Order: sequence, then structure tokens, then C-alpha cells
Amino acid sequence: MNSLPQIANHGLSPGCACAYDRRTFFKQALTLGIGGVLGAVPIGAGLTVLSSPLRQKSGRGEAVFISTLDNLPADGTPRKFPVVAVWIDAWNRFEGPIGAVYLRRIDRSVHALNVVCPHTGCFVDYAADRDSYFCPCHHSSFGLDGAIRDPRSPAPRGLDELVVEIRGQNQVWVKFQNFRCGVPQKIVV
Amino acid sequence: MKSLLAWIDQRTGYRAVARAALYENVPGGARWRYVWGSTLTFTFFIQVVTGLFLWLAYSPSSQTAWESVYFIQYQMTGGWLLRGLHHYTAQAMNVLLVLHLVQITIDGAYKAPRELNFWFGQALLMLVLALSLTGYLLPWDQKGFWATKVATNIMGITPLIGPQLQKIVLGGAEYGHHTLTRFFALHAGVLPVTVVLLIVAHVYLFRRHGLTAKVPRRGPDCAFWPDQVLRDVVACLAVLAAVFFLILRPRLTGGELGVELGAPADPSEPYAAARPEWYFLFLYQFLKWFPGGTEVLGAIVIPGLVMALIAAMPLIGRWKLGHRFNLSFLGVLFAGIGTLTILAIAGDRHQPDYQVAVVSARRQAARSRLLADVMGIPPAGAVTLLRNDPLTEGPRLFARHCAACHRYDGADGLGQPCREKQCASDLKGFASRAWLAGLLDPATVASPKYFGATALREGEMVDYARTTVAAFTPGQRTQLQQVIATISAEAKLNSQRDLDTHDAALIEEGRQMLADKMLRCTECHQFRKPDQSAMAPDLTGYGSREWLISFISNPEHGRFYGKGNDHMPRFGEDKVLSAQAIALIADWLRGDCEPEMPQATLQAKK
Repeated sequence: MNSLPQIANHGLSPGCACAYDRRTFFKQALTLGIGGVLGAVPIGAGLTVLSSPLRQKSGRGEAVFISTLDNLPADGTPRKFPVVAVWIDAWNRFEGPIGAVYLRRIDRSVHALNVVCPHTGCFVDYAADRDSYFCPCHHSSFGLDGAIRDPRSPAPRGLDELVVEIRGQNQVWVKFQNFRCGVPQKIVV
Repeated sequence: MKSLLAWIDQRTGYRAVARAALYENVPGGARWRYVWGSTLTFTFFIQVVTGLFLWLAYSPSSQTAWESVYFIQYQMTGGWLLRGLHHYTAQAMNVLLVLHLVQITIDGAYKAPRELNFWFGQALLMLVLALSLTGYLLPWDQKGFWATKVATNIMGITPLIGPQLQKIVLGGAEYGHHTLTRFFALHAGVLPVTVVLLIVAHVYLFRRHGLTAKVPRRGPDCAFWPDQVLRDVVACLAVLAAVFFLILRPRLTGGELGVELGAPADPSEPYAAARPEWYFLFLYQFLKWFPGGTEVLGAIVIPGLVMALIAAMPLIGRWKLGHRFNLSFLGVLFAGIGTLTILAIAGDRHQPDYQVAVVSARRQAARSRLLADVMGIPPAGAVTLLRNDPLTEGPRLFARHCAACHRYDGADGLGQPCREKQCASDLKGFASRAWLAGLLDPATVASPKYFGATALREGEMVDYARTTVAAFTPGQRTQLQQVIATISAEAKLNSQRDLDTHDAALIEEGRQMLADKMLRCTECHQFRKPDQSAMAPDLTGYGSREWLISFISNPEHGRFYGKGNDHMPRFGEDKVLSAQAIALIADWLRGDCEPEMPQATLQAKK
């Protein structure tokens, strides 16, 4: 509102009969006020719609069937599996791959890691010769347990471990979730 | 702050520009009649802002356009408001354009030296109409699809270039992905950019020639700011209030807020309620009067001549009586447009077919929304939800394939009377207790609802009901009720689930009665035990999904009518209908139509 008196001073245009007074100030304030409403309505409606993703809940991470124990090498070598589940993409709902996990068998239990590198979100690869996970984007490396192996790795934390459930005799179910990249804490997206 | 503004002013000279803009002289002082240009600029501003935000969520392809608009409208916070603002402001723009044209004509603002600016204005009018037309298609619902199809077919009859023009605009011979990408690029790119350029030129020329003051002048001259600006913003606020009223109006009648979204476009499902947006209704009505072969006159030649005459107004205005001529011409033109619009609306109001089509369109729209809400939309698009929906597709298939003989509640399944003579039963409530009770009632068994219209009207079932049942003792009548409940339970109808559970013991007894050949049913029918001598339809699983599908597929099967089949086609066996279509009919007849429509919404829509 700093500019109001300024405009008002200029308001004394040659042909105008009205001098700057309270009445003119009121007119100007009213005009600017209504003008503000006129601009705010469409912009406000637009911003409300634009920001509606912020009001969506994050994924609950339901358990997904991945494979059976027989498909995992008994020696503990990790193996990559796609995670196929109901995928909701805005208006679409369909069954399809929603991510991938590395599963590693340790006796009768299974260790699961999300394949997403917690640095910038590339998929890591298992390098059999080095017995570690390696990110092709910025060269982070992780041990089989998911912990950072090379201290020079740019990743802020180790690979994200996922909760595994063995159902029945040998069904491997994983509670699949993605986590925020670039931060040391594990925060569900 | 002051020094910063001074710094910017030194480098841009914005103060001089602002001063020139704000202190434009208004000869004779500010007046309400000068607000129309500003309200148009304001509505265009709303359209640009809301349009850009809609663009952030809209996806132009035939499998995602309706879907993304559905998502904006029903899933994104405030989406209904954003879309409502865009939709109704577009309509407001058309009205304001007419008011602006009338005002500048009355005030003589089109005359020399303002001819060029008048033509820019006329070009803007046509561009806004083009924006309306292209925008109408973008939601890709039945209404927009079929209405726009008419418009592009009219384009196709343009002399010489019509067919080529049509193909280029549609991106092919038929409507599809490229129709949407083209309409969208026109609507959100080409047309608005042209409009902006023309508005700049229009306002520049307006400022150059100055405002055409209404004579006699009321008072001393005044600056544009703040007196005229205040009147302008108040007028804009009134426009915005009117738009809000239109968005919120459905609440008054218990409907949904915002703009309606029809069922997704389906090129295989004609839409009898197709009409252009109300401001094009006059053209629609006008076209009705041109017999085949002369449409080009009504759609292109005459509107073209009218546009040419409007363009000639500044030249005609030089003539002594020119101004009066122009005023009368516009008066006659708008009176004509108004009359045609009223005729179009009145015509539809008195046409029962159209009213039926509108009700059915609303039901389809509500159904599409419910299916999308509950089931999510498959990647193939929302139209597949409807095509696989028994409640939508069942009655259509019934009307097309069954209603030549059968009836559904006396009609063709879609609620329309049938032309053909009924020659088979009425299947509403098929296999329910009430339906079976009517079948076994001596008074109704030979009515058209059951066997009355068929070759079996003097058959054994009619005879049984009329002689045997008619002579039943009260005890036997109670047994008959029990047997009816038993046979009806075979259908496992959703609507009778509670009833069947409640009467489980009675039904079990009824089965025993049938097995013991009481009431003589199993003399002709087979029930739960193979019986080679059975010659009437199997009562095992009677009316169940499997039973109905098998029956429709092949009524001549030994399990049903065998050689005694009247003349029902073997729909599955002879590949008249696909297995999916037969299942949709069966599910619909049985009332298996998940998800169920809430009764309240249906009634409110009516």
C-alpha cells in the first residue's frame, strides 16, 4: 500500500476537477482491492489444483508377493526381481511392475533391498566379481547387507532394506516402499 | 524502496508508460458504458490463467483426455472450481463480445479513423468463437465429441478445400489422438497467441484514436485512473459474480458443483442429445431449414455474408443514413439470432426423444464417474469401463438383439417402446419369486408377459397352470409358494440374497418336494438329477449366471427347449453374439451390476 499516496499525487491530472482528498483515496483503495480479488480468484483456484499432490497420502506399502524361496540361490547370492502390483497413476489403475528388489537368501530367511540408490534414485546393479552393489550414475558402492562400502560414495545412506514376510511354506512377500533420495534418514515417499 | 524503483525507472522508463496508461483522458468523464472492453480483457486474463493451470493436468489423447478431465474435476482439490471458471468465463466472453459490439456501434466508435480497429475487433470475435469451438471437444465426452463432429463435418462441405481442410484439422479421416493434439494446440497455442497479438493492436489503436465519447458529454474530462478503472473493476467483479453463480447453481437443485462432464466419447455409441453450446444454437437451428444439398448456404455462405456485412459497417457508416442502417442491421441480426436460439431451445423442450436422450446421457455420465471412482480406469481408457459394464451395455445389447421378441418391463430395455410385435416373455425380474409366481398363476401364465405371445401359449406349461394349479387346494398352494422359492433360489439373485438365506430351511424342504415329484414339476423338467426324458428347461441352477449364459448361447440344447425351441436364435452357438456380450446381458438381467448406483444420485439427476 506504500505506492498509494504516490499514485494519488499523480492523480491531479490537468482535466480532472477532483483534487486529491479522502474520496479519491477511497476510490483508489477500492479499485486496488477489487483488482486484487479479480486476480486472486483465478490464480488461487489454479494454485489449489496445482498443489493438490501435496494433499495426497504417501504409499502405505502393502506386502507384495515376489517369488518363492526355491528361486533364490542357497549360497546367498542376491537376485533381482520385479515388483508387480496394482499401480495407480493419477486416473489409471492397472497391474504392472512398480519397482524392483534384490532378494538374498540367508538359510530360511530372506533379506530384501530396494534397488533404488538413495543418492539420486538410479537403479543399482549387483557386481558379482566385487560381491557388492554398484550405482552406475555416481559410483556409490554398497555391501551385500546394503551398507555403504566405499566411504567415498556420494550416497547419504545405505540401500533401503524392506520388510520381508515368509508366507506358507516358501512364499516371499515384501512390504514394498520407496524412500526419499538425498537424505541420511529413511523417509517413506 | 524508492531508490530501487528509481533505478528500475531509469533503465526501463516504466513510470512514463504507467502514467500514459493510467492518465489517459476520458472525455466527458468516466461512464459505465465504457466498461465492456475492460471486462473482455479481464475474462481473457481469467481464461489464460485458468487455462494454463488446466494445461498442467490435461492430457490430450483419446485414451487420456476424458480421464484427465475426470481427474481434474473429481479428484484434484478445487478442480471443479478451476474448470468451472474456465467453462463459464468462456460463455461470459461471448456475451460480453456482443455487448461490446453493440456499445461501440451505438456510440459510432467503428467509424473513420477507427475502421481498422473495428476489423481487429471483429477478428477477435471470430477467434473467441473458434476458441469456444475447439475447447468444447477437449474433455472428449459424448457431448463434445458428437457436437464437434457436426461442426467439422460442416467444415468438410466448404467448397473446394472442404475435405482436405477437414482431414488436416482432424489429423486423419476419423476422430482420434491427433484430433485432440490439433484441437489442443489450436486452443491453447495458436488461437490465444493470435488473440494476444490482436488485443495489443486493438488497445494500441484504441489509445491512439482515443475514446469515442458518448454525446452529449455529461461532465468535464477525467483521467482513466481511478474513476473509470473503478467502474471497470466493479463491472469485472459483476462478471466474476455471474460466473460464480453459474458454477454454484447446480447446488440449488441438488446437483454436482461445477461443469458437467458427460460419459467418455464412444464413436460406436451415437449420442442423441448432441447439441452445440448454447451460443451456437442459432446456427444449429438455422441449419435445420436447409434441405439436403444446400447446407453449404446455411452453414457457410450466409454466415460468411453476414460477417462481410459486419466488416463493411465502417464503410457503410460514411453514408448519410449509414449509421442508422448499421444499427438496424445489428438489431435485426441479434433479434434473428435470439429468435433462432429460442426456437432451438423450445423445439428440444417439446421433443420427447431429446428429453429421453438427455436423461439417459446424465445417467451414463453418473455411471462413468462411479465406475472410474470405484474401479479406477484401465490404460485402454474409461470407455472400456462402460463397454464392460452390464448396467450400461446389457440394456443396449438387449434392445439390439432381444427386444425384437422379448420385452423388459414392457419396453426395449432402454425404456423405449418397441415397434415389433412382442412374441416372447417379459424378462424384467426373470427367475425372481415374483416373476415365477406370475408364470404359475392361471390368470397371467398366458398373458404376453409369459407365454401369451409365443408359440407355447397353448403348451403344456400354460395348460398346467390353468388346469392343475387352478384346482390346487389351499395346502397345495402353500406348497407351490415353497417350490417357487426353491426354484428361484437356484438363480442366486443378488436382490434375493437375504430372502434366500432367511428361507434356507423352507428351500431345503422344497428341494425334497421336487425330488419327490410333488406338484408334478419334474414330470417335464429336470431338477438336480439327470433325466433323459425331460423335455422342458432344466430347473437345476434355473436363472443362475451359468444357466442364463448357456440358455442364450443355445436354447436348442437338450437341457433347455431342445427341438421345442420356439424361434429364439442360438446366439452363442451361431456366433451372433460374443461370449462377453452374452455374459453382459445375463448379468444385467440378473441385476449383477457392480458397483450399484446409489438411488439418491439417480433421482437427483432426474
